[in-house]
Amino acid sequence: MAEFKEISPDASAGEKLLNWVDNRFPASKLYKEHLSEYYAPKNFNFWYFFGSLALLVLVIQIVTGIFLVMHYKPDANLAFGSVEYIMRDVPWGWLIRYMHSTGASAFFIVVYMHMYRGLIYGSYRKPRELVWVFGCAIFLCLMAEAFMGYLLPWGQMSYWGAQVIVNLFAAVPFVGPDLALLIRGDYVVGDATLNRFFSFHVIAVPLVLLGLVVAHIIALHEVGSNNPDGVEIKGPNAPKDANGHPLDGVPFHPYYTVHDILGVSGFLLVFSAVIFFAPEFGGYFLEYNNFIPADPLKTPLHIAPVWYFTPFYSMLRAITSEMMYVLIACVLAGAYFGAAKTNLPKVIKAGVVGAAVFVSLLMLSIDAKFWGVVVMGGAVVILFFLPWLDNCAVKSIRYRPDWHKYMYGVFVVNFIVLAYLGVQPPSAIGERVSQVGTLFYFGFFLLMPMWSQMGATKPVPDRVTFTPH
Amino acid sequence: MSDTPVDTNKRTWLIASTCAGAVGGVAVAVPFVSTFQPSEKAKAAGAAVEVDISALKPGEKMTVEWRGKPVWVVKRTPEQLESLNKTETQLADPKSERKPGELTPAYARNQARSIKPEIFVAVGICTHLGCSPSDKFQTGAQPSLPDDWNGGFLCPCHGSTFDIAGRVFKNKPAPDNLEIPPHMYLSDTKLLIGEDKKA
Repeated sequence: MAEFKEISPDASAGEKLLNWVDNRFPASKLYKEHLSEYYAPKNFNFWYFFGSLALLVLVIQIVTGIFLVMHYKPDANLAFGSVEYIMRDVPWGWLIRYMHSTGASAFFIVVYMHMYRGLIYGSYRKPRELVWVFGCAIFLCLMAEAFMGYLLPWGQMSYWGAQVIVNLFAAVPFVGPDLALLIRGDYVVGDATLNRFFSFHVIAVPLVLLGLVVAHIIALHEVGSNNPDGVEIKGPNAPKDANGHPLDGVPFHPYYTVHDILGVSGFLLVFSAVIFFAPEFGGYFLEYNNFIPADPLKTPLHIAPVWYFTPFYSMLRAITSEMMYVLIACVLAGAYFGAAKTNLPKVIKAGVVGAAVFVSLLMLSIDAKFWGVVVMGGAVVILFFLPWLDNCAVKSIRYRPDWHKYMYGVFVVNFIVLAYLGVQPPSAIGERVSQVGTLFYFGFFLLMPMWSQMGATKPVPDRVTFTPH
Repeated sequence: MSDTPVDTNKRTWLIASTCAGAVGGVAVAVPFVSTFQPSEKAKAAGAAVEVDISALKPGEKMTVEWRGKPVWVVKRTPEQLESLNKTETQLADPKSERKPGELTPAYARNQARSIKPEIFVAVGICTHLGCSPSDKFQTGAQPSLPDDWNGGFLCPCHGSTFDIAGRVFKNKPAPDNLEIPPHMYLSDTKLLIGEDKKA
């Protein structure tokens, strides 16, 4: 236990109160550690707005969500009507609902930007691996949250989207059909499904999400923030002032709190514009078919997930029985490379080849539908391993070989193309493009241990690049 | 850590009681996970549906709900039945041999996949990911369909195609033919969906 601090009897009432609290709860200590004496690198740029914006959107979603639950009815017969009731009859209900629905898309925009920032500046590298891993877990929770939330308005897209995604689980060999039954709680998506998704959406997943956000921030504040130069400002050799504070850092409060107000203002400007002038965003944020009540007897002519899921959905659709042969070739080529071109012990080599043959046999015997699910899941899971895939000598894109920039550029374009194809109805050419895109996506990560080492890196400066303004 | 030697007897009991506690904890999870299963009410809701098909004209389709799923009843024209010969070679499972118990009852294991050749009864749920295919009875070239289309069904979600007997075409995402529900004729114009003679 910390030493009990006495305060001068002349101190003000406020100081006395704070001292009383501090002797019982580390209020000042937490404030200092995480705000006023948390030193962040002073060279943060535009990309560093998105972390605090993600927190802002989380708060918006929780607050609007609480108010929506007051009027919403999780019942297959009443849900659609209750959402329309919120939109038409609840005073200002339309605003709260549009804030929540736009917030969902905003959350993904902000989080994708935040993750991209981490990607280009190597913010996942040692010692920040766990910051990244917690972040990926948050992303996974967000996807679950968005998917289950989308069922609640009980429109046509809600219903058939859930039907398709739940049926994906039925593709798992042996236990699949029972698993899908367990998720739905009925033989078709119905009232039972709606109720449990409601429970998960409003309480279970948000609790996990909040815990992960806390873990993400605690881990970040333990290791310190990275920056666009990838220079460690708190390392043993980093320059520090007489108090041991890094010369290249500034306290988070007031410097970055004020700085982030700019980001928040810009964000709220765009956010409000969307809410007031284009809440459906041309069918991308709220799909038009979702304004038709769920009809279990009729599938809309074109069903597609909401935009933020479409890159992964494209990869799912890309896995056809033809594509399986390409994937098997990739597995075998990988095994050949492992066995012939490396210096691993013989036992491990034999194991690699054996495993590859076994996986190939599984790939031939199990339906492509299941592998589509595996690929879609793998596309998210692979992100968790990024810290151990990147072998580049430097962290930041600024000091990597120039062609790495093109690599990341192609990655982004590929991701956007996959997203676009996922919105479109299936077509022969789209299928080919998404197959190439899927191979590139996985190649980018799985071959990263090799390509990230290639090329000459540029010298990394000792101090961060910063010009006062 | 202190240098006190480990009391192995105490440790054994510690491990044993922790294991016992873990078993208890896992056991408590059973009732919670069990609540995810379909309720007794949901299980009981699978009653058979009676359908009057007297008003159905050749080339028309009607949809009824059975266990929350769409069930189609199509009265096929002689031309549509004739087209089943043409599609035969392009199908993945023309003789409905896959998963016979689940997808095709014995009395429907024929070319038309029906009891009476002209009346086709099927669950209108794609065997791929559970969308409901749309009617494409118009023959000939049209968007998303081959030029020699003979009439059938197209799943809007992932482009699987089925012929007019619900048989899936080759190289499509859907692995199997459409499911034929158990059904029987109560009279010439009355169908019972959800039950057949053996029940």
